[in-house]
Amino acid sequence: MEVQEHKFKVIGTRPIRHDGVDKVTGRAKYGADISLPGMLHGRVLRSPHAHARIKSIDTSAALALPGVKAVLTSEDFPKLAAGVVAMGELPMNPRYLSMNLMAQDKVLYDGHAVAAVAATSSHIAEEAVKLIKVEYELLPHVQNVLDAMKDNAPILLPELRTSGTPEKSDKETNIASQLRFARGDLEAGFKAAAVVVEHEFDTAMVHQGYIEPHNAVAQYNTDGQTTIWTSTQGAFTARDQCALALDIPASSIKVVPAEIGGGFGGKIGIYLEPLALLLSKKTGKPVKLIMSRADVLRATGPTSGSHIRVKMGANKAGKITAAQVWMAYEAGAFPGSPVGAGCMTALAPYDLENLQIDGFDVLVNKPKTAAYRAPGSTNAAMGTETVVDELAEKLGIDPLEFRRINGAKEGTAQPAGPKFPRIGFLETVEAIKNSPHYQSPQPKSGKGKLKGRGVASGFWFNAGFQSSATVNINTDGTASVVTGSTDIGGTRASCAMIAAEVLGLKAEEVHPVVADTESIGHTDMTGGSRVTFATGYAVYEAAQDAVNQLKQRAATLWKAKPEEVVYQDGAVSRTTNGNESMTLKELAGKLPRAGGPVAGRASVNPRGVGPAFATHVVDVEVDPETGKVEILRYTATQDVGKAVHPSYVEGQMQGAVAQGVGWALNEEYFYDEKGTLRNAGFLDYRMPTCLDLPMIETILVEVPNPGHPIGVRGVGEVPIIPPPAAIANAIYRAVGVRMTELPMSPPRLCKAIAEKSAKK
Amino acid sequence: MANKVHVETTLNGEAVEFLCEPRQSLLEVLRDVLGFTGTKEGCLTGDCGACSVILDGRISCSCLVLGVEAQGKNIQTVEGLAQADKLHPLQQKFLEHAALQCGICTPGFLVAAKALLDRNPNPTEHEVRYGLAGNLCRCTGYDKIVRAVLDAAAVMQGR
Repeated sequence: MEVQEHKFKVIGTRPIRHDGVDKVTGRAKYGADISLPGMLHGRVLRSPHAHARIKSIDTSAALALPGVKAVLTSEDFPKLAAGVVAMGELPMNPRYLSMNLMAQDKVLYDGHAVAAVAATSSHIAEEAVKLIKVEYELLPHVQNVLDAMKDNAPILLPELRTSGTPEKSDKETNIASQLRFARGDLEAGFKAAAVVVEHEFDTAMVHQGYIEPHNAVAQYNTDGQTTIWTSTQGAFTARDQCALALDIPASSIKVVPAEIGGGFGGKIGIYLEPLALLLSKKTGKPVKLIMSRADVLRATGPTSGSHIRVKMGANKAGKITAAQVWMAYEAGAFPGSPVGAGCMTALAPYDLENLQIDGFDVLVNKPKTAAYRAPGSTNAAMGTETVVDELAEKLGIDPLEFRRINGAKEGTAQPAGPKFPRIGFLETVEAIKNSPHYQSPQPKSGKGKLKGRGVASGFWFNAGFQSSATVNINTDGTASVVTGSTDIGGTRASCAMIAAEVLGLKAEEVHPVVADTESIGHTDMTGGSRVTFATGYAVYEAAQDAVNQLKQRAATLWKAKPEEVVYQDGAVSRTTNGNESMTLKELAGKLPRAGGPVAGRASVNPRGVGPAFATHVVDVEVDPETGKVEILRYTATQDVGKAVHPSYVEGQMQGAVAQGVGWALNEEYFYDEKGTLRNAGFLDYRMPTCLDLPMIETILVEVPNPGHPIGVRGVGEVPIIPPPAAIANAIYRAVGVRMTELPMSPPRLCKAIAEKSAKK
Repeated sequence: MANKVHVETTLNGEAVEFLCEPRQSLLEVLRDVLGFTGTKEGCLTGDCGACSVILDGRISCSCLVLGVEAQGKNIQTVEGLAQADKLHPLQQKFLEHAALQCGICTPGFLVAAKALLDRNPNPTEHEVRYGLAGNLCRCTGYDKIVRAVLDAAAVMQGR
């Protein structure tokens, strides 16, 4: 496929986003803003225990409270068989999905849903859940991934057996699966090394931290049809999961996607939607459920904490000779950590002959993990990218030069086997090397102010998946674009711009709409950095389809053949049998006489996914007295393929860096000895504010993806991968300690600095 | 049913009266009683700033104020920023700088920025960051928000 950049008129410009005015005036309707006549309000009762058997649930007092209309427990859910259904980025198991929505015989984590109430006001619902009496028998719990792997560990799911083992085992276990990638001769590789570096890393469980809590409004009708309004990353994905969990046909549910207040992977799964549906069915009224912030942190989202061992060797010339990685990821209470992605991405920036990567998906008594921006990759890169930095340092090679020597390029085999198509990793290394930031003098330490600079890289596959789009030509010669992709950060604008480019219109002349599950063809979730790539691909094809139809209509009017008609710059023309031309506006007015309206359509499942690479540089200042790290300067570069709307590409990079800084320095789940989450609020789960960050410089490297008509690569996820390792490497340059734990919070850093001085 | 209290207040320059339960927060009253859903709920503990309103000239988390406390007060919300068919310079600059992604924190940031510029029409970058530190945004990394506020201040100063 040929990418003809010189022709772009709209792609690469920065129009104001189409949904912008609604969002700066407060008019945009998010899930919590939906209200229906007679609507009831729900609340969910959640387990205060990390692991316990439910002996009994007495809902009578709650039901007796005036204003309470219904109470829901696991009795109201169908009992489902185990099995695996592939759904987007993560596999789904209907039985576990249902058990996570509402605890059945056991609660498996602090925050696990136990019952739900619908009442005439949220205050009454809140009082009612407190009146539900649950009798628990406490069970021993396990929250550390290494403890959970031990033979005598408390078992979460008695029926679970490890998949992926060389020999089939019938032992009870918390290890849901294991996998290995290996090639070459590891032993020979380490023998050939001049330097070998080995470290063990621990990273804490962290949350996506979207500002909008989960919400759902459901209206069940007596004909068996239900409409659900919800903030979801995928209306179709939400519908299919609801159908799975409740064992009802997907077609009996219509999901209307509300505006979404952030997701980062955490709003692909469902939590409240089936509960709202069942409560609506019980009461005959619409029911709205909104989570408290504490419930969001206790029961949704987080990504895995992990334990990672990395051993790498390199020869004097700086070539990596062997790499060995072992990683165990917390799955939470049900299988499904992103350890597989961690294994596939960890060493992917490098061309390696000898490698072995082992991964383990391990159950612990914590919330079931969900996707979080490049799931699994940030943890892994914290390990591998700090070891790479130390190899370079010990060999006296600049860390960027070390990447140039070892960097993956087109044709390099990934750790999982497949060879890379055209990628831009080395271009990102070069861009950082030439950046004003890297070219500036190293930050100088002063008295009590220790400064350092660090770099790190990251890789993410990106996703394709299914998308549909419709491009309708309006009677005035403008167009509307209908897709099924939740717009989480500006993809309505990028889809409209792609259609405008093809149709020869201005970006403002194309109106993008995100439709419900009955108004557009199937579209997978917004995730895997896929929307501008895959849905954008569908929009491109749908716009081409519209162009072909417009040519036919013009041919009809001119009594010519369609192939004699040319469409260019928003006008049709023909040069054979006389010169004639018409603008799209003129043609649109004549469509009723030329064969009727024009609606271009396309559905795609594109295979030409373009992988993404990022390289970042950061300057930090460490206060050795307090252990506080300040980010002085940050530059992120990334191969973005082709930036359709550069401002929103930069925005993805800047936002991901901010999340990465939080992951690196502050964010973590604190559980006490009873297994209770102790920081379930934004005061103590401390995400970066604008006072914690500098401006974040971005450099967009554009190596067009040959698998996409515009050259687009996914951009959203890869920029979260380098920050923790880059900051760890900068901290090392500042204070001389290699940090091996995330977050590198003040107490941890103080301890590490003290241990280093004690050794002197 | 709890007794409802009659409250008279000024909302975005208009006299407004409403009935609310003593336990309802100003945020709940704005959203569920008066239908002004532009003000958002993010945490209900005053930590995220999504529910920011200007109460008698001061930036406040409406989730930490009771509806009955609005009696006799002057409340400004995001719905009151634009004039008829003209956006406030802050709104315009947020759009031009792409200072929003998901948009859930945007009303709170706009209101907090308005309160900041009312008090300090010519802030430095650090003063903008300090003034907006009570508002959390998880999408943007704040870069474009800070630039938009600085640019809006410049435009409002006629620069």
